[in-house]
Amino acid sequence: MLYREAGDFKTSYQEDSQTFPIAFDRYRYWAVLAFAFLVVPFVINDYWANAILVPFLIYAIAAIGLNILTGYCGQVSLGTGGFMAVGAYACYKLMTSFPDVSIVIHIILSGGITAAVGAAFGLPSLRIKGFYLAVATLAAQFFLVWLFNKVSWFYNYSASGQINAPERTVFGVPVTGPNTEAWAQYLICLVFVTVCAIIARNLTRGSLGRTWMSIRDMDIAAEIIGVNPLKAKLTAFAVSSFFIGIAGALFFAVYLGAVEVGEAFGIQKSFLVLFMIIIGGLGSIFGSFAGAAFLVVLPVVLKLIGVDLLGWPTDLVAHFQLVIVGALIMFFLIKEPHGLAQLWRLAKEKLRLWPFPY
Amino acid sequence: MSADFLYGIEVIINGLMAGVLYALVALGFVLIFKASGIFNYAQGVMALFAALTLVGIMEGEVPFSHLINAVFGTEIHHFGWEVPALLAILLTLVVMIFFAWAVQHFVFRHLVGQEPIILFMATIGLAYFLEGVGDLMWGSDIKTLALGLPQGGSLWVEDITSGLGGDDFYGFFIDKLDMVATVVAIVLVTGLILFAQYTKQGRAMRAVADDHQAALSVGISLNFIWVLVWSLAGLVALVAGVMWGAKSGVQFSLSLIALKALPVLMLGGFTSIPGAIVGGLIIGVGEKLFEYMIGPMVGGATENWFAYVLALIFLVFRPQGLFGEKIIERV
Amino acid sequence: MKLKQLAAMALTATLAAGVASAELVIPDLSYRTGPYAAGGTPFSDGYQDYFNMLNARDGGIGGESIRIVECETGYNTEKGVECYEATKGEGALIYQPLSTGITYQLIPKATADGIPLHTMGYGRTSAANGEVFNWVFNYPANYWDAASVMVNYLLEENGGDLSGKKIALIYHNSAYGKEPIRTLEELSAMHGFEFTQLAVDHPGQEQKSQWLQIRRERPDYVLMWGWGVMNQVAVQEAANIGFPMENFIGNWWAGAEHDVTPAGAAANGYKSLNMNRIDANLPVFDDIRTLVHDAGNAAGDGSNMGSVLYTRGMYAAMLAAEAIAKAQEIHGVSAVTPAMVRDGMEALEITDARMEELGMARVGPAFSVSCQNHGGSGLGIVQQWDASAGNWVALTDYIAPDMSVIQPLVAEDSAAFAAEAGIEPGCL
Repeated sequence: MLYREAGDFKTSYQEDSQTFPIAFDRYRYWAVLAFAFLVVPFVINDYWANAILVPFLIYAIAAIGLNILTGYCGQVSLGTGGFMAVGAYACYKLMTSFPDVSIVIHIILSGGITAAVGAAFGLPSLRIKGFYLAVATLAAQFFLVWLFNKVSWFYNYSASGQINAPERTVFGVPVTGPNTEAWAQYLICLVFVTVCAIIARNLTRGSLGRTWMSIRDMDIAAEIIGVNPLKAKLTAFAVSSFFIGIAGALFFAVYLGAVEVGEAFGIQKSFLVLFMIIIGGLGSIFGSFAGAAFLVVLPVVLKLIGVDLLGWPTDLVAHFQLVIVGALIMFFLIKEPHGLAQLWRLAKEKLRLWPFPY
Repeated sequence: MSADFLYGIEVIINGLMAGVLYALVALGFVLIFKASGIFNYAQGVMALFAALTLVGIMEGEVPFSHLINAVFGTEIHHFGWEVPALLAILLTLVVMIFFAWAVQHFVFRHLVGQEPIILFMATIGLAYFLEGVGDLMWGSDIKTLALGLPQGGSLWVEDITSGLGGDDFYGFFIDKLDMVATVVAIVLVTGLILFAQYTKQGRAMRAVADDHQAALSVGISLNFIWVLVWSLAGLVALVAGVMWGAKSGVQFSLSLIALKALPVLMLGGFTSIPGAIVGGLIIGVGEKLFEYMIGPMVGGATENWFAYVLALIFLVFRPQGLFGEKIIERV
Repeated sequence: MKLKQLAAMALTATLAAGVASAELVIPDLSYRTGPYAAGGTPFSDGYQDYFNMLNARDGGIGGESIRIVECETGYNTEKGVECYEATKGEGALIYQPLSTGITYQLIPKATADGIPLHTMGYGRTSAANGEVFNWVFNYPANYWDAASVMVNYLLEENGGDLSGKKIALIYHNSAYGKEPIRTLEELSAMHGFEFTQLAVDHPGQEQKSQWLQIRRERPDYVLMWGWGVMNQVAVQEAANIGFPMENFIGNWWAGAEHDVTPAGAAANGYKSLNMNRIDANLPVFDDIRTLVHDAGNAAGDGSNMGSVLYTRGMYAAMLAAEAIAKAQEIHGVSAVTPAMVRDGMEALEITDARMEELGMARVGPAFSVSCQNHGGSGLGIVQQWDASAGNWVALTDYIAPDMSVIQPLVAEDSAAFAAEAGIEPGCL
């Protein structure tokens, strides 16, 4: 009842194949966007921006990127942290070398540089598959982190090897640096997320996305029907790295403002983003958001409940947090191996019939 | 012989020894992957947990004491007894077997037939869970492992070999702990191979690894075999945890040794026990030699990434790893 | 998206519950979990116990009670940012971020928000220049001081001449570990010793290559900038290759009890720097024991009292409390704001008499802070591990660093930062 598709007639192919063919979904989508763009910026404070929303949005971009590679093209990658580092350091070098160019252009260019690096590290995927590839991408992860740590050109020869984001503005409003307002930080991330999600959605349902999915489902069969695996795999690596690079640039410039490569873009980051897409749902844009929300928000909520409501010692809460997150991951996988996105689809099925299941 | 050449040999010998330690960790991965197709991310945390449990039992610590104290306001820490090492090892094994059963019963029984990446994800959940439980049970401070394992360079080897080179050569350095680890690893692997070849359960285990359905149809209990392989992986984890923990004390960072095993696995193949050993040795020697010869030119600390790059180069020529099953693709 | 909104509503409800009141709020960004928990726990225990003791004994500072807000960071930068944002709304007066990563993160944030940071013996060294870093204090000493103190100690050991000696630095391959390199290079040129560097990658469990190299090259001294598991392994490996332990000197984050105990008797003779003298019989411990531990308010399980890092945490708390008292004195109000605390820190003067009065005689060096110098005196001691007794023995009195080397480096690095960040140096 609540969720209706009956009576929603389509009179053209275009209408039939739009992203949200059901009117209710469409309204919900516009409502969420309107809420995110028109309401949240006016009520947001520093805590909300820095602790929850900005990391959530940035991880969502990274998760979308990895989902393209892993969820749509079937190539498991553990190099996400390294590629994010490429985006961050590219952004830093661009920001400090060309201070007069807009930061937005720098961030997009960083994505482009990361895409090139990603495609280069994607070459072994032509020979190596499955978990072997996952482990092979770790070579990229460790090598890139070592490189950024070792070559002082990347951090402008500063004594400590940290990079700091100088202040840059968009339309006169600072979006990086210490004087950034919470809403500006939030909005620039939101704009990037929205654009990235729309691009990703349209890429994945277009012909490029279909070639990726054919490679994922059965690469030999795909090759036989005329899909070029070289092109498909490398484009997947490039597009995926483009998004991850943007996420890395935002992570450094807008969210943290100062990073050290080993700590911010270490192997844990690669695993974290992979967890997000598996929990959220492989091969689903919505899943990328859901997974990012799950892993960013859940620890904060658990901490707030444990420390602020129950008043437990912080170390106990931190230990319990691990136990609960671990148990929840296993529970979700047992109940629904295809992630939160599948749960959402099932919920929609249920809602469609509710309250008259027969 | 020139000192440089001899030092090169010393680096190779030490690389081989380090390789044995890597192989020990990798072995745990292979056992589980072979029998159930699960890539067990939690192997490193299992090593940590096993070592923590061993120390906890030996020193008679009260499990969950921190939690109990926080909830009930009590002040308990120790039972006041100390358990001899051998008994403590046996008790730890009992704990690991119980853990294996629990993992099988509560998690993987429900996930039979899922895609590998889902199973992988579940082991990640398991890793988080076990890490939290380990911290809650035994606390998060660094513990000293008092098993009395020998440590330090062997003076005997040093004396014998110091005459080989000139004045610049001080004799080969070989760590006694590494020698012990090598012996233990040889015993462990021989034991595992004998077990797999000559016992009923071992043969059943190999049958399951070959073909689940066929094994099931001749009356082998898959559940039992899976509990068995997780228990064996627990045993391997305990040995790995003890060997690494003897060096650094038992602490959280032990769980990171899993990362050292990944290139080994890649090189040796996920499904081959000899592969894990040979892969470990190649990685150990390769990374140490690279650090010795090329490292100083590029600023050092290359070992982490070089292991992966080495494995990657091998893989490009043999995508299934050195000893992995040949990938036959059909449409 | 739905999920997020639901969570959002739940969160607003919980957040609204904790509104600030008129107390002195002091956040404690601790790390009792994760790979560095063994170091974070005693520090945090000492930090909290001291403030709790002040509450019980003096009713807080200047009549205002202290409220500690503990937030677990797990040594993770992102969690540290979350903790900062969560606690700053409660009126936090002073931050002790306890990690180099979190410090770098908070320097611009805290400066913009006007909350002082105290990074005691860690963080950004050039923050010693208070004209550029108005809100950041790293007294009593920093890493470059530490490097210089080590060399000065070695000079003293060798009758003032290090020329021709070989000194190796084994360091954690991160921002933290790379800190002393510049200073040591300068000092090597000045005193004519041969300086080599050995990087150890995080986490540092595998150091065989590095120690084999040390064994081959036989340096006269090995200095260490290590942290976490790297320390325990390094001490063990040094003993393994038979390196004379008395020539192996760690910095002050590589010189706690838990760094040497796993190696057992082999660690005997290992030296490290310390910025706080340890003494288990300090009168202040009696107060903490009776007023805090016996009252059941101990921050941890009470087992760490008197250890290196516990003492350091307590020392940090003392410095914060003194700064707050100073701020109350300057501004004549008891309910101070973060800006006032900053003034208090900048006017801080710690004398031997004052420390004696506080029951912690000679725990730290005497020093004073000014707008130009946020770094204190830079003094440090050298201590040695006695494995059979299981404690650290102070070998020297406070040793002074060579400020003529460090000052230009601080000036250069802070000037570079000021140029990059667009800061006009000057006093507030």
